[in-house]
Amino acid sequence: MTGTSPAVVSASKLGLTFQTSDGPVQALSNVDLTIGKGEFVSFIGPSGCGKTTLLRVIADLEKPTSGTISVNGMTPEQARQCRAYGYVFQAAALYPWRTIERNVALPLEIMGLSKAEQAARIKRTLDLVNLGGFEQKYPWQLSGGMQQRASIARALAFDADLLLMDEPFGALDEIVRDHLNQQLLELWERTNKTICFVTHSIPEAVYLSTRIIVMSPRPGRVSDVIESTLPKQRPLDIRETPEFLAIAARVRDGLRAGHSYED
Amino acid sequence: MDSFRDKIVPVTSILLGVVVVWYVFAVVLNAPFQRDLDRRANQTPGVVEFIGKTMSQPKPTLPAPHQVAVNFFENTFLRKVTSNRSLVYNAWVTLSSTLLGFAFGTALGIVIAVGIVHVATLDRSLMPWIIASQTIPILAVAPMIIVVLAAIGVTGLIPKALISTYLSFFPVAVGMVKGLRSPEITHLDLMHTYNASPSQTFWKLRVPASVPFLFTSMKVAVAASLVGAIVGELPTGAVAGIGAKLLAGAYYSQTIDIWSALVAGSVVAALLVMVVGIAGRIVDRAMGGRPA
Repeated sequence: MTGTSPAVVSASKLGLTFQTSDGPVQALSNVDLTIGKGEFVSFIGPSGCGKTTLLRVIADLEKPTSGTISVNGMTPEQARQCRAYGYVFQAAALYPWRTIERNVALPLEIMGLSKAEQAARIKRTLDLVNLGGFEQKYPWQLSGGMQQRASIARALAFDADLLLMDEPFGALDEIVRDHLNQQLLELWERTNKTICFVTHSIPEAVYLSTRIIVMSPRPGRVSDVIESTLPKQRPLDIRETPEFLAIAARVRDGLRAGHSYED
Repeated sequence: MDSFRDKIVPVTSILLGVVVVWYVFAVVLNAPFQRDLDRRANQTPGVVEFIGKTMSQPKPTLPAPHQVAVNFFENTFLRKVTSNRSLVYNAWVTLSSTLLGFAFGTALGIVIAVGIVHVATLDRSLMPWIIASQTIPILAVAPMIIVVLAAIGVTGLIPKALISTYLSFFPVAVGMVKGLRSPEITHLDLMHTYNASPSQTFWKLRVPASVPFLFTSMKVAVAASLVGAIVGELPTGAVAGIGAKLLAGAYYSQTIDIWSALVAGSVVAALLVMVVGIAGRIVDRAMGGRPA
């Protein structure tokens, strides 16, 4: 890297319009965004605000129709081809015919890593998400939270510096979610990865992020950007502090401003 | 114990019902001929004796179940398997062409499905023809296949197997197209984020996802193969096979032989479907399938 370390993600005037049978739908419009290395950025907003679409554009799963975006200084397609990011989907999306171990190995097989390197990475990442001992289990033998942890391990085994997470804990209950949030923060601290995290939970966004991007729908756009003043060390009970509540209130205001509840 | 109550009891009750109905029909259908016989012989048997006679004619219109059972037992267990009257021998002849045709058909079906899933042109051009191929009555096509192949010197097992192939490739092709397209969007997106090549996506995602579909369609295909092999024996003047037994029985009005050949065919079909089902279950278990 050069002296002025380039942004991990940089978008300007980004727009994406889907052509549907009901006419064009503007999923993203005029999105300007810069994400620096080591940041934990949350995207929050009601459904239809384009937060998932934005993540998918970064991942080259959707093509923007206007504006520019770069990932690690490259186009998203080049970045994908360099395997610049790991992606965690809303559903664990584990392959049911593979054991947990083989699921984590999937991206490694595709990258063509040696068996020894695969085994080392599988061990390391499964330990990282506390799934040691479950290597030989099939996905259906694990709870929803464990499955999602396995899918995070799979994304981590990839060992990219950028982690894209699309509502990874959305389908889990509150208790499991708190636990995984804590684990994710520890992991972020240890690995110093850049994380883009889509959520629709205000406490989750405030608890995890260094920066919260509030989005609003029709057309999908960024309506507010909130820098978190919380320290890097965040025990769960930080959520009771006035500082936390103040940020949460600001996020809630941002969401309300961008969204009309008239209908 | 559970499988006894859940499966054996219902199946047996239906079987008993069928046997009772069968006996009733056997008596009713064989009665006119028996009355004719009795009149010419100037006999006036009682009701019980008359019913007994309708169930023991040598060439009845509808043989009674026990006549078929006795014939089936004699021709299956009491004859040397090398005898051409042995049902085991005839079943084996039909089975060998069934299996060959089934293997061809499964391979062909898979190849067609892979083509259809990966080449957009084939998807649009091939599918209507495949469906059309199955609307042609096999009974019309079979003699032509046999005659044409005989003209170029191909006789014996291959022509019969090809008719089985014709019937069995279809369910496999249709099932595998569905199976290869069955992966969820997120599973495909995942491959995309890994920058996986099309062949990696095929072998690591599409193929394993299609396996359950393959076995389901193979169950249909193996039964269709058997039908194909039997139909294939009809126009060949085949000397052996279940089809040949059926034809010979029809020529000489050996109705009991026809029925016992039919039973043999059903037994073979049931065994084939069962074997495919068991193979499917073993593979499913090996692929981490959840025990039902």
